[in-house]
Amino acid sequence: MKELLNSLFTMAVGLGVLLVALVVVYTLASFLPGRWKERGHIAVFLIPALFVILIGLFIPMIHTIITSLYVDKTPPQFQWFANYGEIWSRKDTRLTVVNNLTWVVVGTIATTVLALAIARFADGMKNEKAAKALIFLPAAISLAGAGIIWRFVYASPPFKVGLMSAVTKSIPGLPASCGGEGDRIWLLERGMCGIDPPATAPGFNTFLLIVVFIWASAGISTVILSAAIKGVPDSLVEAARVDGATSRQIFYKVTLPYIRATIITVATLTTIAALKAYDIVAAMTGGNFGTSTLANDYYNTIFLQNRDGLGSAMAVLIFLLVIPVVVVNRRSQRRAEELMGA
Amino acid sequence: MSVAELTPDVTTAAPPPPPVYSEPVGRSLAASLSSKPGRWVVYILVFLWTIPTFGVFVSSFRDEVAVKTTGWWTVFWQPHLTLQNYKSVLGSANGGDNLSHFFLNSVRITVPATIISVGVALLAAYAFSWMEFKGRDWLFVAVIAMLIVPLQLGLVTLSRMFNNGAHFLGFTVFPDLNLNNSVVPIWIAHTCFGMPFCIFILKNFVSSLPREIIEAARVDGASHLDIFRKLVLPLSVPAVASLCIFQFVYIWNDLLIGRIFGGSKNLPIIAKLVEVSGSRGQSWHLLTAAAFVSMVAPLIVFFSLQRYFVRGLLAGSVKG
Repeated sequence: MKELLNSLFTMAVGLGVLLVALVVVYTLASFLPGRWKERGHIAVFLIPALFVILIGLFIPMIHTIITSLYVDKTPPQFQWFANYGEIWSRKDTRLTVVNNLTWVVVGTIATTVLALAIARFADGMKNEKAAKALIFLPAAISLAGAGIIWRFVYASPPFKVGLMSAVTKSIPGLPASCGGEGDRIWLLERGMCGIDPPATAPGFNTFLLIVVFIWASAGISTVILSAAIKGVPDSLVEAARVDGATSRQIFYKVTLPYIRATIITVATLTTIAALKAYDIVAAMTGGNFGTSTLANDYYNTIFLQNRDGLGSAMAVLIFLLVIPVVVVNRRSQRRAEELMGA
Repeated sequence: MSVAELTPDVTTAAPPPPPVYSEPVGRSLAASLSSKPGRWVVYILVFLWTIPTFGVFVSSFRDEVAVKTTGWWTVFWQPHLTLQNYKSVLGSANGGDNLSHFFLNSVRITVPATIISVGVALLAAYAFSWMEFKGRDWLFVAVIAMLIVPLQLGLVTLSRMFNNGAHFLGFTVFPDLNLNNSVVPIWIAHTCFGMPFCIFILKNFVSSLPREIIEAARVDGASHLDIFRKLVLPLSVPAVASLCIFQFVYIWNDLLIGRIFGGSKNLPIIAKLVEVSGSRGQSWHLLTAAAFVSMVAPLIVFFSLQRYFVRGLLAGSVKG
């Protein structure tokens, strides 16, 4: 409690000092002649934010990109893309990259489709609000907390209390390798039903983590898509109905094209979140058992192994993967707008 | 999901779309669009979505033996509930996790970080909306472009900066600030990484305030500070409130920044939860309660302010 008050006091003092400083500079600038007065005022409003972005984002970004070109020796040695080469040539890190791409593809498609289904079928339903709120609930829970919650679902021996095991055990005739005996260690075993993935392919446990991601991100996507579906003009729906279209036809021929831009946005948001997947992995497996992702390896490499060069290369790789997603999103958004305009 | 860096729509050149995301109004047609099988799909999904959280919630009230030996669903025919798990994780006595300490850590990280980032962003939003200067649009696009930079790209350098001071070509830009045992670096980190997002949201709102009011004030000789204080600030309350709620939940739920900058004493509760879960081989039963303690604050915000929360979210993720 004392620390809390202490911190709030620090904040009050810090903000107070900042505020007073800004007002003082502002007042001083008011005495400047003509154009300089206006410039001074603009600076007071703009400089704090620009300073924060410059020091906290821009310079560190450049620094990280440069660091990624240095091999971790003492002193660090400039070797172009050696770190990137290491990520791809080492089996464990290559698996990390492949895992991450699996997160993007499976996570994004499943989230978007599920969210679209919920948004569509819940639209106009009796308990729509309550249903959507429950689907949305995981969005208020931290991703780390979501990971912990699902560790109980996937609980395995010595604690035979997991829902997953209970369900697979109750399915008659399911082989033990698929969890039929209820003693599968879900988060640890990469193989499933006797099929063992190669060393650089995602294991079944990775898919179990992706399920958590879908569970956590479907709510946000549903809310966004649902708002878009409600934005489809009634006149359009009515016209289609008058022409004799069924609900299914209306959904595929009217609603879907109309909310196309929003669907792309949702897919993009989910893709970027999947590219940066960290919390769920850290909370559930810590990246062990072949389930790591780039952001998780990044943390371990830099802050546990102290290999700044290699870790920076991983961060840059995440960034490089985000860029095309954003570019594609912009393109399709523009196309969608043109279609809408036509 | 870290929505702060997610917003993909970074160009402002495109014309604003029609106001698609207004409050849902009563729809006569919608009802006839939903079908019976469709409703069942929704009910099943809602059930699947709720079960995991509900299970852990129930487990958190069961005693150690029960949690470790039987599934939580047995509670329906063997009801036996206790508050012991919560007592253990909140207290510091005999092996407790003293989570109340880390809960307060989260409060003293989240509240100031939210206020600082939103405050600084509101100033910038005003400048980008209502001050004329050369290269304004260009600068704004540059700021918004930073939205797509993943957190990880800046984090290493920033943490090293706090630990060793900043040096450039042999000169010391600023020395080791000795902030290792303070929450200030966490505030700064959240402010830095959230800044483009906050500016993006607030600029959209502030620039849409009616031009006539601002211009009338200007004609009357009001200075920028007056306009900001007496017009923009009060008129922006809805947007500021939405953003604050959003930032609060986002910062509270953050793991990465807290883990890196928290040290051992200043860890936020989410980071502590993950730390505890790694070393909790034998006391699973406590993890259930710990998880719920960490979720209390965002869940309260979620249930009491859902409308604002969703609005902030829509504003953040959808162009407009």
